Amino acid sequence: MHKYSTIPIALTLVLGMALTGCGGEGNGEPSEVVTLSVNGSTTVTPIMQCVAEVYEAADLEVSGTGSGDGITALIDGRTDLAMSSRKMKDKEKEDAAAKGVKPVEVVIARDGIAIVVHPSNPVSGLTLEQVKDIYLGKITNWKALGGPDAEIVPVTRDSASGTFEVFAELVMDKEPIVPGAVTQNSNGTVRSAVAESEGAIGYVGLGYVDKTVKAVAIDGVVPSEDTVNGGTYKIARDLNLYYPEGASQAVLDLVKFVLGKEGQKIVADEGFIPL
Amino acid sequence: MARFTSETIVKPLLGFFALLSLVFLAGILVTLLTESGPFFGEYNPLEFFTGTQWYPTLETQNADGEWVSDPQFGLLPLLGASLQVTILALIIALPLSLGAAVFLAEIAPPVLREIIKPLIELLAGIPSVVFGFIGMVLVAPFIKDLFDIPIGLNGLSASIVLAFMAFPTITSLAEDAISAVPRDLKEASLAMGANRWETVSRVLVPSARSGIFSAVILGFGRVIGETMTVLMVAGGGAALTFDPLSPLRPMTATIALEMGEAVQGGPHYHALFALALMLLAITLGFNLLAERIRKRDF
Repeated sequence: MHKYSTIPIALTLVLGMALTGCGGEGNGEPSEVVTLSVNGSTTVTPIMQCVAEVYEAADLEVSGTGSGDGITALIDGRTDLAMSSRKMKDKEKEDAAAKGVKPVEVVIARDGIAIVVHPSNPVSGLTLEQVKDIYLGKITNWKALGGPDAEIVPVTRDSASGTFEVFAELVMDKEPIVPGAVTQNSNGTVRSAVAESEGAIGYVGLGYVDKTVKAVAIDGVVPSEDTVNGGTYKIARDLNLYYPEGASQAVLDLVKFVLGKEGQKIVADEGFIPL
Repeated sequence: MARFTSETIVKPLLGFFALLSLVFLAGILVTLLTESGPFFGEYNPLEFFTGTQWYPTLETQNADGEWVSDPQFGLLPLLGASLQVTILALIIALPLSLGAAVFLAEIAPPVLREIIKPLIELLAGIPSVVFGFIGMVLVAPFIKDLFDIPIGLNGLSASIVLAFMAFPTITSLAEDAISAVPRDLKEASLAMGANRWETVSRVLVPSARSGIFSAVILGFGRVIGETMTVLMVAGGGAALTFDPLSPLRPMTATIALEMGEAVQGGPHYHALFALALMLLAITLGFNLLAERIRKRDF
């Protein structure tokens, strides 16, 4: 039974490695549409790239350069819209005020990260501090957490990914993860690595949790769309767009589109939580 | 007319195609050098070559309490992983390949040889993602149970899969080397009363040693550049360790893991090109070495 169950997992995994498209069909030859530049967070980039494929009122030039760069570009007037997976920092607000730019914040989606373990693992709840200690290499045995006497195998993501970024910020307080941690390059491969190893722990976007792994409660809160949206689940964040006050109608229309039914469907399709 | 065409068009065209490969090689070199060049200005090369930590996106707090980018680009854990996985793969592959080569060259009846040799060469044509897949689904769980370790995605699992990938290269070249040993040597050995095993182990294999050695080195080049398999099977741990039962992250896997999301033109991006440059230097060096050994016949 065990041997055969691995095959579908590995299959989905290999398929998942193929580039995922947005399913948007090419739009004819739009004449005289404005071009809007959208810069910033690599986490938000896939959403906006898919929006760009279906949005017809303007041509979007989307580039994922990181949240910080997007906000800086907005302040410097180098971009029409900034994508950010964090709120603007005080320093950035001061910089903007100094340049006479008043950024307007729009939350377009929420992003929750579930901590997952092997389904056979009796541990069903951890504190944020415990998760951090596991990934710092301070806790190395499940026994210390009320589980069996088994080595903990932390599974992490490649350090440039958006998921890693949230985890590093919200769980690790940016402290470095133990270097020997198993590293995978997608949510799907993290899930399959955890599903294959009884002692493993990993983290994946909420949309990737299925019955091959078990999502544990963090500080007593089980991750779900409701707890993320309600703000009780801790490992979650808002994904934002920023535009300067007094932006053109084209920018406002685009924001409206993202917040609308079609935009929010893209949000869900990309594995994030719609508003 | 036909002659005119072949002389004036086809010949230069063929020459142009041959030249293209040189152009590509030069293009790759130039790209690697220009893209990795800035890295050695942005990051202390000494720390790159002696560093033991690979944290490409680390941030630390400065005296003012602000978070500033403080990446660590230490080559050693990645280079160590590449070398461990490769050498272990060759250790596994060598006896198998040598045995197969001796069998094909000396023992197998011609009919069997005609069947087996193409089959071994067919093995070389299997895409590496298929090997990686087999490694994940069959080898990793097997190794996990065999050694009773918590995770099967590790250096040893990757080495076993890589050994099968190097097997056809080494077998084929070693077989050529053994077949090329002059008949006189073999016949002289048999005439002196040596049996078949003594002839193989004391005359044929030693005489073919330079060819066998260059086969192993070409196998090395094949294995150290392999990406998909190690990405899928080796586990990806970036700690500096000499335990093949722990997750390892060879240089190729690091590039494949991180290139997609590294900010273009940033230090991380340049660091990955520097890794690629190291890989190219290593494989190029070993290929030249193999070439020299084969020609010198030591």
